[in-house]
Amino acid sequence: MADLPRLRAVSDCGLLVEFAEELSDTAHAAVLALDRVLAADPLTGQAEVVPAYVSLLVVFDPLVTDHAAVAAGVKARLGRAVGGGGAASAHEVAVIYDGPDLAEVAHRTGLAPEAVIAAHLSGEYAVYLYGFAPGYAYLGGVPEAIRLPRKEAPVRGVPAGSVIIAGGQCIITTLTMPTGWWVIGHSPVTILRPEGMLFAVGDRVRFRRVQP
Amino acid sequence: MSAVLRVVTAGPQVSLQDAGRPGAMRFGIPRSGPMDRGAFAMASAAAGGTAGIEVSRGGLVLDCITGAAGFAVAGGGFIVERSGGRTGSWHAGVISAGERIVVRPGYWGSWCYLVLAGEVEGPRWLGSLATHAPSGLGGGLLRAGDEIRVTGGGPVREGALPCPVWARPRDVLRVVMGPQERFFSPRVRAAFLSEIFRVTDAGDRMGVRLRGPALGPEGALAIPSEPVVRGAVQVAGDGVATVLMADHQTTGGYPKIACVIGADLDGFAQLRPRDAVLFRSVTPEAAVGAARVRANAEAIAVAALRRR
Repeated sequence: MADLPRLRAVSDCGLLVEFAEELSDTAHAAVLALDRVLAADPLTGQAEVVPAYVSLLVVFDPLVTDHAAVAAGVKARLGRAVGGGGAASAHEVAVIYDGPDLAEVAHRTGLAPEAVIAAHLSGEYAVYLYGFAPGYAYLGGVPEAIRLPRKEAPVRGVPAGSVIIAGGQCIITTLTMPTGWWVIGHSPVTILRPEGMLFAVGDRVRFRRVQP
Repeated sequence: MSAVLRVVTAGPQVSLQDAGRPGAMRFGIPRSGPMDRGAFAMASAAAGGTAGIEVSRGGLVLDCITGAAGFAVAGGGFIVERSGGRTGSWHAGVISAGERIVVRPGYWGSWCYLVLAGEVEGPRWLGSLATHAPSGLGGGLLRAGDEIRVTGGGPVREGALPCPVWARPRDVLRVVMGPQERFFSPRVRAAFLSEIFRVTDAGDRMGVRLRGPALGPEGALAIPSEPVVRGAVQVAGDGVATVLMADHQTTGGYPKIACVIGADLDGFAQLRPRDAVLFRSVTPEAAVGAARVRANAEAIAVAALRRR
């Protein structure tokens, strides 16, 4: 671990800070910590910071700085704690469990549909990252009992607002898109708001059941 | 000046664009904006505007319904027809009520910009009119019958604009290797840097797929999704490479063998299907140097157009 994180040059405008090669809670915590430090104490020429599971990308303006200066700035900020203001927000999100795949998830997990719903409701979720499409927040924390690999082939036209799961992750979709994830319900919540996204990376989420 | 313009016909992927919405990649939102940023900057400077229409090889026919609007066209070797006259795609002027402007593909190039003088009205998303094509958010893809209102534009002098040498298509693309080149064997990396790739017609604002030697990664399909930048050369499990463009996904689990540097991306965007490209590796330091050289050249050209 002595050589971690690894700093990798990305094109002419980025530095990828990689805390691990595989999924790890420790590495993700390190991503969130560095993200907070870079927000509180930005680097010269820092354009934006993109956190992911185990890595974080610093995008910079190549007219102002370069990879070496950004790497030095990142190293100086590693392990630094940010006091106050860094607390994650908690959200409660309403779900109507009427997804077309609920029965299939129940069948594949050997649970009753009500038990699938109860398991999904029992999860304590965190926003790991955004990706795939605007507003697609990847929520980690799906309980073991209802973790399934994604479908073999994606299904087209899954509507915006669908609550979908695969493996340990859950997404509330924001656009009508194809997906190979399991659609267990839908939510009236709006993540993609004109004034900005509902969740920040690192926020906590609980689901609440509502009737159709 | 102000005007209302009506779209008579618009090919696929013709959209409203401004310089884009930077800073939202952490929310899964790429910058979007023009595929050829340099050409858009030239048209904006010449028109005295900040937004306009990105025209694909599908072309555009636009009528001016009321008023008059200054405009500038730049990007590619398109053909512009107006009131019987015909010019190339590096041209500025004024379009008035009753006039029609036609932008269609010419000898080279894939993207052309019609920037309007003044302020273009339209749905802004997170402060920008730039269209994110996969979602349609922002100003949006244009269709027959759409109306575009523009207000507050100054006069634009009729005449040709210079097409700078850096606005031409590029067939040798400088790349910075990585950030996931370690998942490719030395043989595959050597092939990537020595063999010819060709642009395919599987290309849009999200990315352009290439045809060439298979670049099969070695057991990399389980890598956790990492953030990606425009220009990243992403290799899917089948060994096919895609260069990510303006509306790219912001994270991805496919390994990126290299990234095309910003200075060469506009020239790549202007290539057409079946055009050949070669990748040449440069150091990150050289890539930053190239970005500065290119920005300087662009700034000089843009300043000259502003004084025009």
